[in-house]
Parts: sequence; structure tokens; C-alpha cells
Amino acid sequence: MSEGNRWTTTLSVATFAALNVILAIGLNLISGFCGQVSLGHAAFYGLGAYAAALASVAGVPFPLAILGGVLVAGAFGIVVGFAALRVREDFLAIVTMGVGFLFLGVVRKQPWLGAEMGIAKIPSPLDKWGYAALAIGAAAALVLLSLHVRRSWMGRAFGAVAQDEDAARAIGIDVAGYKIAAFFIGTAAAGLAGGIYAHMTQLIIPDTFNFIQSITILAMVVIGGIGSTYGVVVGAILLTLMPELFRFINDYKLLVYGALLLAVMRFSPGGLAGLVQRAFGVRLA
Amino acid sequence: MKEGNGNHDATTHAGMYYVELLLVGLIWGCTYAMMALGLTLVYGLLRVLHVAQATVFTLGAYIGLLAANHTGSLIAAFVTGALAAGALGPLIYRFVYQPILDRPPFVALVASIGVLVAMEDGFRLLFGPYGLSFEDNVWFTTTYAVAGMTVNLVQIWMVVAAVLLLSAFAVFATRTRAGVAWRATVSDPPMAESFGVSVVGVRYTSFLIASVLAGVAGVLVGLLNNLVEPGMGGVIAYKGLAIIVLGGLGSVPGTLAASLVLGVVESYGTVFLDKLLDRDAIAFLFLIVVLMVRPQGLLGGR
Repeated sequence: MSEGNRWTTTLSVATFAALNVILAIGLNLISGFCGQVSLGHAAFYGLGAYAAALASVAGVPFPLAILGGVLVAGAFGIVVGFAALRVREDFLAIVTMGVGFLFLGVVRKQPWLGAEMGIAKIPSPLDKWGYAALAIGAAAALVLLSLHVRRSWMGRAFGAVAQDEDAARAIGIDVAGYKIAAFFIGTAAAGLAGGIYAHMTQLIIPDTFNFIQSITILAMVVIGGIGSTYGVVVGAILLTLMPELFRFINDYKLLVYGALLLAVMRFSPGGLAGLVQRAFGVRLA
Repeated sequence: MKEGNGNHDATTHAGMYYVELLLVGLIWGCTYAMMALGLTLVYGLLRVLHVAQATVFTLGAYIGLLAANHTGSLIAAFVTGALAAGALGPLIYRFVYQPILDRPPFVALVASIGVLVAMEDGFRLLFGPYGLSFEDNVWFTTTYAVAGMTVNLVQIWMVVAAVLLLSAFAVFATRTRAGVAWRATVSDPPMAESFGVSVVGVRYTSFLIASVLAGVAGVLVGLLNNLVEPGMGGVIAYKGLAIIVLGGLGSVPGTLAASLVLGVVESYGTVFLDKLLDRDAIAFLFLIVVLMVRPQGLLGGR
């Protein structure tokens, strides 16, 4: 492999790691902070990617196309947030899984969304460095936002909703409002990742945003440590790097993901953050 | 058919078409019921969404297929498929769920998804990604004319097996001592235990029943598609979860009703909603619509 080639690979891995951090931080806000289990996060990644791609293909300038992706994903996130007011816990997990299948099922059948072929020839205004900078910058901003939310009044309210919804309502917390807010922020973040992804690869197909993708994002959150921002960042980066560092894993990627999910749930449900807490007595934010 | 009287050929033909769709839907509904009953049993007992049931289903199908191709007997396929599935289910309980039962519900769910994802990849590595076919699928090629429609023997067995096995379950649950102990444990575990019921034994029994049903369903679906592939369990298990949620989580009559309703809705949906969404999405569209109107499910209480 030539020197330049290696740089390109490193850069694209770094960009994907950053996109995964954005996705995982978003899901952690919904599931970790606010306690609403979601098994369909990839649908919002896809919504952002498709909305931004369509806008760009139609000639909308890049920043506005990205913003469009964020808003479309966030808007659908609000709709699912409303669903989370009707159904709870196990019911909600299945409903969000259903949202994922519904998104794929609709996209696959719509000619104007490219059906099975997806959308190709999406304009690409930046070079590799540009996307890496954009993705890493966005990921860093989201990490700061996530840390801030955790310390803020909103974060405490999320925690109350996650711990005991009825008790939270009894002490006057606007449970509905906070649930919808969590879904909006988390899914809008996924939309941002989707918009960047679509322009970077210039080609999107429905299968990129399937149930396995949702589970992969969930794996990053859970393995890193659900509820811990730093843990989730480490989880996302580790799971992105793992197939790159150990080439032989690539063929068995899902086998390893699945086994890791099982092992973490069995031995350390707090994930890596939980391990750190047990070993050093430090609670990671 | 009410209005068809022979004079209107087009109407009669269209009428037959709708009846055929209904029939196909009910046949699938029977298979869904065999899958979903097990999911309900496990949920009723442990409050675990047993996604890994998909693995049990797929294993049953693979072992059944290997046995059929080896011996040439479909009976052997069902026996070995059911046995393999019946062994795997309780093992999943023992080594996956039992150690983490006291943790929050998402822990078991994520662990279960882990088993599903890992095993799906495992089947791909073991048996190849493109799936295997039955060498001599007699049931598939044997067809009958039922009320003007063509039905193959696999479809007939799908209905017969579901009716037989689910009736056997009903007899077990209502007429035997073990069944009474089982129901007592579902409604109040500590009370049942204080009356000398082995709660752990009841759990193993439930996983055994759930898994045998899933294994038989796996062989049947393999025969019907004449294809057994690594991902075959996933979709049907996700639908099974949609069904038990539709039925009101933990309610056996609700689950059976929801299975048949979903089979029929899907059957009509693939015709009328074809331009809008694909078959697998119909189940979830239906689920979401129902839950928004009735958050407790079709027959759920509270």
C-alpha cells in the first residue's frame, strides 16, 4: 500500500468513526439519558441521508441540504417521540424496530427515492479532508452538547424520566415534553450523520440503513456503556476500528458484534464505562 | 361470496381472488401463531422479548433439511428439526437469560439480539450465505384443488400442524397437573413456588414448548419456500414480536388472534399496498396503527 493510499484509508476510517460517534451519542441521549429504548435508530440516519441527498441532487446548496436532512430526521423523531407517549418499554422497543422496517419498506418501493437502487451521483462539494474535518467537528460538538445536557436541568429531568416515569410526573416534570425533546435531539443528530454520509459516498442504498445498522449503533452504545458519554464515544470508535485493525474479523463482523453484545450484557451491563467504574471507582460522565 | 351468481364472470373471478388471498393469509397466520405462541409464553413468564427464538427457528429448519436430504424422509426432518430446536431453546434460557434475569428489561433484550446476530452469522459461516434447498420436496410438488384454488401439501400441513400442536398445548395447559402448575407460575411465581411448584422446571418447560413449536415452524417454512437460509428466522421473529405486542403481550388468546389477523392483513396488504411498501413493512405499519389507537394491544387488558 502506497503512503498516499494509507493516508486516504486512515482519513476515511476517521470520518466513519466520527459519524458513528454522532449516531451513538444521539441514540445514547434517547436510550441512555432518557431511558427510551430505540431499535430503529438507523431509520433516522437514513432519513437524513435521503433528505439531504434529494435536496442536493435538486440543486440546493450543501449547507442547506445538510440542514434539511437534520430537520427531516428530527421531525420524524418528534413523531416517534409522540408514539413513545402512548407506548412504553417493551412496546416502544418493538414500535421503534417497526419504524426501521417501515422506513426500509417504503424507501424500497418508491421510484422517486431510487427504490432498491438508491440515489447515485449525489454532488460532493468537499474533498476527503473536508468531510473528515466536518464529521470530526460535528462529533466533537455533539460530545460537548451531550456532556452539557447531562449536567443541565434537562439532563436531570431525562434521568428522572428514565428512572421512574410516574414519579417524575408526580413531582411536576413535563415527561411528554422531555421525551419528545430527547427523540428530537437524538434523531436530528442521526440526520446530520446521514447528510454527511450521503455527500461523502455520493451513493446511498436502502440496505445501509437496515435493522443490522440499528443494532450496530446500539452495540456501540451498550458496549461503551449506556448513559456514559465518554464510554459511548470509546465504544463507537472501538467498533469502527475493530474490523480495520483486525482484518480477519471483517468476515465475522456480526458474529463478533453479537458475541460482544451478549458478553457485555452478561458480565458488565454498564459496558466499558461500568468496568472503569468498578476498577477505579470513577464514574465516567 | 355474496354477489357472485355465475352470470357475472368478472365479479366471480374477483371474488375468488379475495377468498384465495384470505386463505393464503390464514395459512401464514397459522405459522405465525406457532412462532408467536412461544414468544408469548416466554414473555408471560420472564418479561423477556425472546428475539433469539429466530435462531431456534432457523436451526430447526437447517437440521430438518439436512436430515431430509440425508434420509429422504420428511418425517425425519420434522423429528430432528423439533429435537434440535427443543434442545437449543432451554440452553439459551440457561446460559443467556437465567444469569441476567434480575437486571433491567433492556439487558435481556440486547443479549437476545446479540445471540440472534451472532448465530445468523454463524449459520452463514457453517452452511454458506445462499441457503440450501430440499433435494426431494414431495410436499411442495404435491398439489390439491381446494374450492377452485391450488394448495400444496406444505400449506395444508402448516394448518394441520398449527391446529394439532396448539390444541395439544391447550389440553396441556388446562387439563394436566403440569399445565395447572405452569399457569399458576405465570400468574404468581412466589405463590406457585410456595405450593411446591418448581418455578425453574416450569421455565424449562416453557422454553421447550416454545422451541419445539419454532423448530416445526422452521421446517415448514423451509419446505414452503424450498429454501433454508441464514436470515430466514430474523424476519419471522420480528413479526412474531409485532404479533405478541399486537395481542397484548403475554395474552395467549390475543396472540393467536393477532397471528391470524396479521396473516390476512399481510396477504391483502401485499396486493393493495404494493406500490407503497414491501411485505415485511406491512406488519409493522399495522402494528403501529393499532398501538396508536389501542396502546394495550388488540385483546390486552388494563
